[in-house]
Amino acid sequence: MKMLYHIGRFGSLMKKVLARPENHKTLIIQTFKEMDKLALGSIVIIMIIMFFMGAVVTIQTALNLSNPFVSNVIVGFATRDSIILEFSSTVTSVILAGIIGSNIASEIGNMRISEQIDAMDIMGVNSANYVILPKIIALFLMMPFIVIIAMTVGIIGGLASTFTIDQLTLQDYLSGLQLDFSAYRVYYSLIKSSIFALIITMVSSYHGFYVSGGALEVGKAGTRAVIYSIILILMANLFITQLMLT
Amino acid sequence: MIEIRNLNKRFANKSVLNDVNFTIEQGKTNLVIGQSGSGKSVFLKAVVGLHPVDSGEILYDGRDLTKLKRKELQDLRKEIGMVFQGGALFNSSTVEENVRFPLDMFTKLSKVEKQKRVDFCLEHVNIEKSNHLFPSEISGGMQKRVAIARAIALNPKYLFCDEPNSGLDPKTSIVIDQLIQNLTKEFNITTLVITHDMNSVMEIGENIMFVFQGQNWWVGDRNQIFNTENEELNGFVFASELFQSVRKAKN
Repeated sequence: MKMLYHIGRFGSLMKKVLARPENHKTLIIQTFKEMDKLALGSIVIIMIIMFFMGAVVTIQTALNLSNPFVSNVIVGFATRDSIILEFSSTVTSVILAGIIGSNIASEIGNMRISEQIDAMDIMGVNSANYVILPKIIALFLMMPFIVIIAMTVGIIGGLASTFTIDQLTLQDYLSGLQLDFSAYRVYYSLIKSSIFALIITMVSSYHGFYVSGGALEVGKAGTRAVIYSIILILMANLFITQLMLT
Repeated sequence: MIEIRNLNKRFANKSVLNDVNFTIEQGKTNLVIGQSGSGKSVFLKAVVGLHPVDSGEILYDGRDLTKLKRKELQDLRKEIGMVFQGGALFNSSTVEENVRFPLDMFTKLSKVEKQKRVDFCLEHVNIEKSNHLFPSEISGGMQKRVAIARAIALNPKYLFCDEPNSGLDPKTSIVIDQLIQNLTKEFNITTLVITHDMNSVMEIGENIMFVFQGQNWWVGDRNQIFNTENEELNGFVFASELFQSVRKAKN
């Protein structure tokens, strides 16, 4: 019953969020601000994480496949596909759910408990639309760029790691990267990351928007936003993979 | 004018507002007073439509808020200005942006016209040279004045203030009270102030409703308060020795 209640309330919130905005110019300005705050603010940490992740995946794959019957080219191939298919989209989204999800829920929750949202409602502003819609559009538009950067940095991380181990040469790694490349896998990753962006912003906004109480509840809403976003991302990942790759 | 008729509101099994009737008169500072937990803030939030009511009518110049459709309610709200207890200023916006917010949302004024209106509103609440400061950089009294400036930006017909003096020193409280009264007179606004500050009652109370246990226990003006024989109201108003001595002196 409680789940149905939340689904119904989420649907009702999204109906308000996706309503026609009162002022398109304001929406555009707010969306650009959110792009800066949400996406550009987290790009550096994503780059750091993906660089080391790419390096570690390459080293581990190289060590595990150090067999005279397996070509070293496979290491570059495996690293590329791991990064393109999963790490750049799913892992990046899980990280962003942690960074952005709690940020969104706390920001909106604070606005709720300090009556800023009530103030907008009283003025006749559709507060859900004004506060949430720019965040959804901003991350939806920025996510493909973040994922492309994550892919690139991850592969560079793998490339850098070839200088630290004896089992793999730079030439083998580069040959592996080009082996059996399919652009469809990149599209698949970009499509699913855009859906994950919607999950992160919508779920986190929902948890922040209905906070009641004080600072403690805002903190709890932030935690709930991250947990539910991650669970839904992983479930959606399975569904999209079944749909697009099998 | 706002007429409230037979207003009832319950939370779970607890009745918070019980058959409340009150007329909020235009051009006057109407006050709702009562102890903490008596239902004042619920009453205000019900009147502005933030809390749905169980039964009753809230007539804004004949338009029943409880029966308005979403779009009609949004339109009505553009005629309402509200000052919240904590100010409810947008933290990430400057003083000027806060006041300009309703103008950006609902008007097609040019940049220059908007700036003129913002300056006019800030001048009316005696705020100068703070346009580019953030709410966290100004005092509580200034935050309340900025909130009032934002509330009057769209020339509202109705102004609601939820405990505008809470957390302010007595001198600043008087400034805020006088500001609210002056704006009410100057723009002929229908103003409702929720308070438990007896200084405000004595300063600006022209039409006062005393709420007790969710009911409108007493209605009158600030002069009638001193002569009332209503036991509960007397207990609330003359709780302090200061007001007891004022009554003695008056009598």
